Amino acid sequence: MSSTGSTRTPDFTIIGHRRSKVDAWPKVTGRANYADDLPFAHLLYARLLRSPHAHARIRAIDATRALAVPGVTAVISGADLPVPYGILPVSQDEHGLAVDKVRFVGDPVAAIAAEDEETADHAMGLIVVDYDVLTACMTVDEALSATGDPIHANGKANNVHKRVALEFGAVEAAFEAAAHVREDLFFYGGSNHLALEEHAAVAEYSPDGRLTLWSSTQTPHYVQRALAKALQLPERRVRVVASVIGGGFGGKTEALPHEVAAARLAMITGRPVKCRLSREEVFYSHRGRHPMHVQLRAAARVDGTLTGLHVRTVLDGGAYGSYGVASTYYSGALPPATYRLPAYRFEGARVFTNKPPCGPKRGHGTPQPRFGLEVLLDKLAEDLGLDPLAIRLKNLVAEDSVTVNHLRVTSCGLRACLERVADASGFLDKHRRLPRGEGVGLAASCYLSGAALPIYWNGLPHTTVHIQADRTGTVHVACGATDIGQGSDSVLASLVAEVLGLDLVDIQLDTADTALAAVDLGSYSSRVTFMMGNAALRAAENLREQVLCAVGRELHLPTHRLILHSGQVALRDERSPIMSWPDALQLTQASGAVLAASGTYAPPPLAGPYKGAGVGPSPAYSYSACVVHVNVDAETGQVVPSEVWLAHDGGRALNPTQVEGQIEGGVYMGLGEALWEEQSFRGPLHAGPTALDYKTPTALDMPIVHCLLVETDDREGPFGAKEVGQGPLLPVPPAVANAVYDAVGVRVDEVPITPDKVLRALDRQARGQPARHGPRRFPDIAYPPLTVVEPPAGAPQL
Amino acid sequence: MLHLPSFRYLAPRSLSEAVGLLAELGAEAQLLAGGTDLLPLLKRGQLSPRYLVALAGVPELSGIRTAAEATVRDGSGLTLGALTSIAELTRQPVLRRHFPVIGHAASLIATPTLRSMGTLGGNLCLDTRCTYVNRSPLWREAAGDCLKCTGDVCRVAPGDDRCWAAVSSDLAPAMIALDAQIRIAGPRGERVIPAEALYRDDGLSHLTLSAGEIVVDVQLLRPTGVCASYMKLRPRASFDFPSLGVAVALRMAKDECENARVVVGAVASRPLRIAEAEVILTGHVPTAERLSAAADAVHRAIRPMDNVDLPPGYRRQVARVFTERALQHALRQVPARAGANGALTPGRQN
Ligand SMILES: Cc1cc2nc3c(=O)[nH]c(=O)nc-3n(C[C@H](O)[C@H](O)[C@H](O)COP(=O)(O)OP(=O)(O)OC[C@H]3O[C@@H](n4cnc5c(N)ncnc54)[C@H](O)[C@@H]3O)c2cc1C
Ligand code: SF4
Repeated sequence: MSSTGSTRTPDFTIIGHRRSKVDAWPKVTGRANYADDLPFAHLLYARLLRSPHAHARIRAIDATRALAVPGVTAVISGADLPVPYGILPVSQDEHGLAVDKVRFVGDPVAAIAAEDEETADHAMGLIVVDYDVLTACMTVDEALSATGDPIHANGKANNVHKRVALEFGAVEAAFEAAAHVREDLFFYGGSNHLALEEHAAVAEYSPDGRLTLWSSTQTPHYVQRALAKALQLPERRVRVVASVIGGGFGGKTEALPHEVAAARLAMITGRPVKCRLSREEVFYSHRGRHPMHVQLRAAARVDGTLTGLHVRTVLDGGAYGSYGVASTYYSGALPPATYRLPAYRFEGARVFTNKPPCGPKRGHGTPQPRFGLEVLLDKLAEDLGLDPLAIRLKNLVAEDSVTVNHLRVTSCGLRACLERVADASGFLDKHRRLPRGEGVGLAASCYLSGAALPIYWNGLPHTTVHIQADRTGTVHVACGATDIGQGSDSVLASLVAEVLGLDLVDIQLDTADTALAAVDLGSYSSRVTFMMGNAALRAAENLREQVLCAVGRELHLPTHRLILHSGQVALRDERSPIMSWPDALQLTQASGAVLAASGTYAPPPLAGPYKGAGVGPSPAYSYSACVVHVNVDAETGQVVPSEVWLAHDGGRALNPTQVEGQIEGGVYMGLGEALWEEQSFRGPLHAGPTALDYKTPTALDMPIVHCLLVETDDREGPFGAKEVGQGPLLPVPPAVANAVYDAVGVRVDEVPITPDKVLRALDRQARGQPARHGPRRFPDIAYPPLTVVEPPAGAPQL
Repeated sequence: MLHLPSFRYLAPRSLSEAVGLLAELGAEAQLLAGGTDLLPLLKRGQLSPRYLVALAGVPELSGIRTAAEATVRDGSGLTLGALTSIAELTRQPVLRRHFPVIGHAASLIATPTLRSMGTLGGNLCLDTRCTYVNRSPLWREAAGDCLKCTGDVCRVAPGDDRCWAAVSSDLAPAMIALDAQIRIAGPRGERVIPAEALYRDDGLSHLTLSAGEIVVDVQLLRPTGVCASYMKLRPRASFDFPSLGVAVALRMAKDECENARVVVGAVASRPLRIAEAEVILTGHVPTAERLSAAADAVHRAIRPMDNVDLPPGYRRQVARVFTERALQHALRQVPARAGANGALTPGRQN
């Protein structure tokens, strides 16, 4: 029995049908309990004292006056959390509360617990911290040329956190032989996830030594590991429960200071402690999109065939490691999985700066080079007299192929995605033909359906699903997977219900709880539907097998003639019911079975034979293509996106409504990054850490979005599904930039494309100068010597 | 979470009681209308009044009255009580018919929820804004405080010994363009002043109200032939305060412009009347060249600071474009010219 990948069932009753999510009711009626809503007796409230300096040494902390305030129960500082932790084994550089040094304005220095939040707030103001202020590095350039105290003592010279240089295939030869070479510089501004729910956590420590943390986290398992390490507890005595979550997008994907501090305070006080962040604090907690400098050089034949690509990136990492090493690799991982490239060079680096740490926002490390690549292709097409669709169609990665950087591609619907968006939008009739002020832009992209390798090295399953049934017909499904609003609980229930012929309401879920369910690595890298889904199928099919065998034995029918359908065991051919589901379960149990089944999933070994090959491989890739129609006011530079078409190959759409929801959300977020949002700084300070100042688009800024589902049937995906959580964001920013060019003839090689930048480029155009706004130089970075990697057999050849 | 500090909440039942309370409590008291501007300031610790004097129960401040009841100079006036909600301004039929620019400017304010709570009086008296000061205590501590809080320098223009915080009301420029009259009650009785005289160019104290004074209502007069327009610049199509607001009003007699007002908001601590632009237009046929010259005059006259959304140089450039467009838009409403009834179509970029 193989359950990896598409189980080709002719007609599904749940899969592929539009259904509301299993948690729609509690959310719509306000009954869902987010971490901040959870009721606790004797609750204490914690606040974090944050640094007003971007870079300073802590000389002393005096909490005497704060502790004297009635209602204050405890104050802790870095000394109470001496053991460092970090999401990546190579970046164990965080403490929850600063030890010795603060590294950005907002870095937590102390935590205070009190009977209520007002008291905590007030008393926090009485903690005196003596700082020795150091020079802060607010940009990559400043960090690279800094002569003062490095941001991390054990960091490499010039605050460089990570450097990588990889070469696949004959890159120099490709450029030498190229009929046309195009080189460009891009800058992609950083942005915050802006999940609607601000982070919150409640910690409780029982007298017998068990710690429980309820938190709005995407990764209970990683938080459990980090808490165990930071607090020096055995992992099995730390339980992490992800409460109902109001969006994550990568901002809640690792243990964060408020979680660690709340846990320590709970241990010290013996009472439950809640710590919730204000919107401003979310901007300091950050882990958002890295601001990225991107330099691209492409070699092409006159017919537009790409023969080589050279990508250089510099990531502005902020103050801590976070996922940064992975982000660095991701900034160079995916171009060869989108376009057929016989030669590819990637040089990347991440630099520490005195800003809130950057991390994995939706698309993790890939939207920035994607923006550059898709704009570059637009320019290249123009250079060569091709249209933007033709140049992409000419270079598509092939289905069932292997890339020059050792990525295995299975299903690929990119051609269909491009054709469908072009068709639906009338792209070719509009491109270069609309009146000045109106334009269309096209872009394509790909993304992972889960990282093939775990974050910390281990040979264990990435996810496990346990199913347990009982005589009443109840089916209980447990998995550590975490629904952060993306709908993974609904996917889990749907897959199990489909296999067992039940309705969604018949499935009881226990998810996102490290004590009640086995490990799932978490909601990141678009892995959940694919990995949890496959494990769920295995478990459900196993249970089905047990039940059908028992029934077959009893009724003397071969198992293959039996199916589970509409809460019944039925004959496959006639679909006629022969026994109810509870009766079948009782029969099975009476035959000696325990009515339980489990499934696990670990991706096949996919990493190539080189250091760094662990980032990029995925069991399957999703593909997207996007056309944006914009109106540009040539006098004010204002850009209004008026219509968006987005085609996405996410494999089979398990629930088209959920898929469309993710596409619309991705378009929304992509437009925000393209036109408005930026985590920008004014001197050492976040320029505007409020929802009013941080310009995420409003409902009135959102255009009409047409979602076009391109359904491939991936052979390894659950019922053929891949991913949709992150991919659809990726082509949006470059499609906007290309549309702006089509509308008014100016290139803004930088996001966000704010009206002042457009107007500056228009002014240059009017003066007869190059009509471009964008970076003019690349940071002065010394990449390491290239590691030359032999391409795999079957990789694209020149 | 930001918490409100503690204060005493006082709820006078009449205008005289409110004025009396203000006189008695002096600088310790702050008026509260819809609270949409004031409460965020309190939460951020920018102000810490001991008393809030709530106006909600003061009957003299509510209601919209037409000419018959109102004390206006000519027959086609309208009196708007200070407590009229912004939402009401966008809906009011008489206002929409005769002063569409007010309803239009009101519709561009904040968001639907804030428009329901926010009031006309609160909008006109809205505090000046600056991206250095509308911040949490932590942020201000990190930045170093400025003149408008407890500091002694201006962070935007460190060389100047004044505060440049920007007037951010969307209604004020439009009211000044229409020469609205503001009725004020205070310890020494009532006075009526032109809207323009309510303001002065000082970010620390941009209102000319003296201690204990309350805005009671706004009177709009409609001499025949006036057409007006308001354009607002902001990053997004909703939610944002103005980065720039341009209000124009022209009184047309035949083809000639008898009187012109050009008022620019959010570029100084008070709404600025641009005299040079008004002179260029007044007494002339508003040809395309004149509109353009008036727009140039606005561009020359303003000096936006880097303390609200969007860069100052950009706002200055757009001020030119918006002035020209607002003038064109206003002229399109002159019945003789376009036959239009004066209704505005709110554009998403306005
Ligand atoms: C997110 C956000 C966005 C906003 N966007 C905009 C915008 O785009 N455009 C805009 O114009 N405004 C905007 N505002 C500001 C505000 O919501 C409105 O201006 C509103 O009309 C203020 O009215 P209020 O009754 O709520 O004022 P309040 O907050 O009650 O009062 C504001 C000030 O006026 C004083 N005051 C109130 N009434 C009187 C009176 N009768 N006499 C004397 N003084 C008085 C108060 O003491 C206080 O100092 C925004 C506010 C927020 C929070
Ligand atoms: S303009 Fe200057 S003084 Fe006024 S609020 Fe801004 S920084 Fe402070």
